[in-house]
Amino acid sequence: MSNPNRNRLFGGHVDWFTVLLWLLLCIIGWFNIHAAVFDPEYPGLFSMNTNYGKQSIYIFSAMIIALAILIVDAKFYSSAAPLLYALTIVLLVVVLAVGRNVGGNQSWIPMGNFRLQPSEFAKLATCLLLARYLSTQSNKTPTFRNLLVGASIALLPVVLVLLQRDTGSALVFFSLVFVFYREGYISGQWMLIGGLSILLFVLTLAFNQWPIIIALAIVTGFGIYIFRKRRKVIASLAVLFVIAATYVFCVEFVYQNVLQPHQRTRIDVVLGKIDDPRGEGYNLNQSIIAIGSGQFWGKGYLQGTQTKFNFVPEQSTDFIFCTIGEEWGFVGCMVIIGIYLTLLLRIVNIAERQRTAFARIYAYGVACILFFHFAINIGMTIGIVPIIGIPLPFLSYGGSSLWSFTILLFIMLKFDSNRKGIV
Amino acid sequence: MNGLFERKYIIQGIFIAVAVIITARLFYLQVVDDSYLLSANNNVLRKMIIYPARGVILDRNGEVLVQNEPVYDLLVTPREVKNIDTALLCELVGIDMEGFKRRMEKARSYSPYKASQFEKQIPATAYAKLQEHLYKFRGFYVQNRTVRSYPDSIAAQFLGYIQEVNDRDIERSNGFYRPGDYIGASGVESAYEELLRGQRGVKNVMVDVFNRPQGVFADGKYDTLAVAGEGLVSSLDRDLQLLAEKLMHNKIGSVVAIEPSTGEILTFVSSPSYDPNMMVGRERGNNYMKLLHDPYKPMFIRPIQAQYPPGSVFKVVAALIAQQAGVINANTVFHCPGGYRYGGGRAFMRCTHVDGSIPLVPAIQRSCNTYFGYTYARMIDHRGMPSAKAYEHWREAVMKFGIGHPLGIDLPGEKSGLLPSADYYTKRYGNTKWGSSFNISLSIGQGEMGITPLQMANIMAIVANRGFYYRPHLIKAIGEKKIIKPEFTERISAGVDPAYYEPVIEGLSRAVNMPGGTAYSVRIADIEMCGKTGTAQNPHGENHAVFFAFAPRENPKIAIAVFVENAGYGGTWAGPIASMLVEKYLKDTITLPKYIQDRIYNANLLPKLKTTEKKAPDTAGSTQKQASVNRAESNKEENVAFVHHSAVVNRFRHE
Ligand SMILES: [Zn+2]
Repeated sequence: MSNPNRNRLFGGHVDWFTVLLWLLLCIIGWFNIHAAVFDPEYPGLFSMNTNYGKQSIYIFSAMIIALAILIVDAKFYSSAAPLLYALTIVLLVVVLAVGRNVGGNQSWIPMGNFRLQPSEFAKLATCLLLARYLSTQSNKTPTFRNLLVGASIALLPVVLVLLQRDTGSALVFFSLVFVFYREGYISGQWMLIGGLSILLFVLTLAFNQWPIIIALAIVTGFGIYIFRKRRKVIASLAVLFVIAATYVFCVEFVYQNVLQPHQRTRIDVVLGKIDDPRGEGYNLNQSIIAIGSGQFWGKGYLQGTQTKFNFVPEQSTDFIFCTIGEEWGFVGCMVIIGIYLTLLLRIVNIAERQRTAFARIYAYGVACILFFHFAINIGMTIGIVPIIGIPLPFLSYGGSSLWSFTILLFIMLKFDSNRKGIV
Repeated sequence: MNGLFERKYIIQGIFIAVAVIITARLFYLQVVDDSYLLSANNNVLRKMIIYPARGVILDRNGEVLVQNEPVYDLLVTPREVKNIDTALLCELVGIDMEGFKRRMEKARSYSPYKASQFEKQIPATAYAKLQEHLYKFRGFYVQNRTVRSYPDSIAAQFLGYIQEVNDRDIERSNGFYRPGDYIGASGVESAYEELLRGQRGVKNVMVDVFNRPQGVFADGKYDTLAVAGEGLVSSLDRDLQLLAEKLMHNKIGSVVAIEPSTGEILTFVSSPSYDPNMMVGRERGNNYMKLLHDPYKPMFIRPIQAQYPPGSVFKVVAALIAQQAGVINANTVFHCPGGYRYGGGRAFMRCTHVDGSIPLVPAIQRSCNTYFGYTYARMIDHRGMPSAKAYEHWREAVMKFGIGHPLGIDLPGEKSGLLPSADYYTKRYGNTKWGSSFNISLSIGQGEMGITPLQMANIMAIVANRGFYYRPHLIKAIGEKKIIKPEFTERISAGVDPAYYEPVIEGLSRAVNMPGGTAYSVRIADIEMCGKTGTAQNPHGENHAVFFAFAPRENPKIAIAVFVENAGYGGTWAGPIASMLVEKYLKDTITLPKYIQDRIYNANLLPKLKTTEKKAPDTAGSTQKQASVNRAESNKEENVAFVHHSAVVNRFRHE
């Protein structure tokens, strides 16, 4: 630090590279929202009533919010965390009562001509409170009790969001499992077991329970044969088999009896169990056509026919990636994925350079949430995960989502800029 | 904590792995698999067919015979139809609720997503009302097309009609036609289909997810313009055709008039006719069935499909070929005691007169059967060769006059007429020892001989030209450049030297212009018309009246043949009709007394139908008259009203 004052602004070192990535995503988002709602009949028209008109306001206000966050004292976020968390929980309860039903789930609170989506801000509050709780325990050995309390902090909003039938937003909180992993609350083996159970889950849905049970039995039998001289191993293999089989039955039961029919259909479409290009599969099919038809170089800005003529549903919000894929092609997609990956890796690096556990845990939470949105949103547009409506951070149209992600990111940047100081 | 720090790499590794999976999937979708671009284009591209205007057909003076009139097809995309005022739509289109449901069901079974025809050919007046309300009917569109329109309602069988293509047409055209296209099905429409239809254009428009048009694709780079069909100038004279159809009203028969110097057909009447506008529009199907089951068979193209024994016109041919063969000359005299005795004196072919010693010119003028009996005997029996061979020579000479083979008119369905070969008689009599007495009725154009009205008019054109003809045709010029088909400019010789025509023409002239001639009553002042009345034998009933002529004698402008079925003697009906037409064409007036004109206009010579016949007009066991009607009009290839030689002879004998 030859010139300690050079990068000092807002009382610290702001990571301008991350800010640049953020700005880049916002601008790319704006252009693609413009393309998505572009009406070829009125090409020159710019109106504040259109999505891209509104989005420019959202971006502008997001900049002001970002600025404000950098100005506010970092200590505020840590101390306000419990209050903020409590507030969002209240809002989530309120939305259950007065929420407006949009797209099959009631997650919006109408406020004049603006709609507030509390679940977006629940992510932020949960991250902050989780960071605060875990950081107070960070000098001690992780205990199961701490894990349970931490998990409860994350799971309370999940329950409330699920009650709004907003499955997508609820699933986002599960990405925080990486935070627990990083902080040592969950071991590598358990993560592996978790990964395998997700794999088993998907396979069960794809092939039904009995083929999976039979496959598991064969694998177990093979293991027993190999370790036939070691009784202990045989016993544990048998126990594992029983656990796995029970799990498979449970998955099948949940799938058949708990999921909503439309959710079941969406899963079936992604798994290729049903081919329904005009019904539930329509959105996915049109989305894949849009992206696939972009080919290597894309059709060019405002040239996407799938986009222009509304073949892709919700294309300025959840399906904004279709517009990118169609008009900018493989090259454009690579640029977007490159930016996101750079941002995610950068956030992890920022997390690790934090001096306080609070800032580190929070930053990991940010990385997890952004990663989950990135992976699931793009994954659903290209048909590798079921269609669950969650936005692509900074790119999708919408004030709530842009602001909540911006706040999420800039609080982290604020911590980072202050890392030399005392939180 | 240091151990936990390492977990950063695991987490970053997971981020990278997911990005790689997404990249791999994108690479497959966008770079490896090409099918998605096609799918995207299929989503938005709609090929709209631009129908070309069908060629217009004019008469020889530029009057319009067939033109195009705009109509509107109503299309529907069933999936888009929501909450419409069904009752209002039904009222505007002129259908009932039942019809609405049936049409929707049909459209839905074709495709719920694609537009298909809801109602065809809505006339311009109804469309104007519909258009005002069209915005209320989501999912309904209008496509404009043109249909044929016939301002004077004439020349139905000549012009023909168009109809929707059937599967066989589509198959035969190698995919040129698509379902819903129209194709010429008869007459000129059919014969000149490839010129009239033009070239379809294609417009690639983009549509949005609701199938609403969103402008042209790729700036019209892949669009093609529709090319209008070629216009045709027909040889028909509209005014003459109008008059001829008026004269033939309520009569069965034909009128064919040819311009001898070109072979252009001036008038082409097949009676009873029908209004060609009946074959257009929404009532077409009903009208078509009505015409098809009409006992007088208006769909039968009599000028080229009806075949009659030629009668006296054949004597003209016989006189010409006999002179050319050298068996008679202008001065040859035969004795007519009121008939021709043959077969060793045992058989007798009556003449209508007792002519006494008669040379060629009066023999033509008076149509002396005896004279041509002798002439035929000379042609067949006294040529220094076996009669079968002599007959073949005779037959060849006759065929050069266009008898026994199609003339090659530019209309589909032309019949060849009938002229049996020598083999036919050899087979029939079991040996070659037959002679002129075995088929003597051929000498006067009776028996196993048949010609179409067109062939008869063409014989008159040959005589008018003194020895040649051009293939009779209906279209004299094609397109902007007024191209004429080369086969119609080729002069075809009838094989008889011009000099031999004079006595024949003199005979024909006398028949009309000399007091006492058979057609003296229909002569035209200031015009030397050469012609003759005739009678086509009809063994099943009243004879068919015939008149054939050309005029003027020098530098002839028109050759004409008129047939009126079941009208008895030719001079009464066919003669005045021909005379009026010739005068109208040459002088644009009609001097025939008004009462004669009116008598013809008002005459109804249609054979009466028994009430039972009406129910089943095509069944057998009809009366004699009805049988002749049916047979003469049948579309099937059959020899019409030809009587066996011996039957004819018997008739003559017992008369
Ligand atoms: Zn005589």
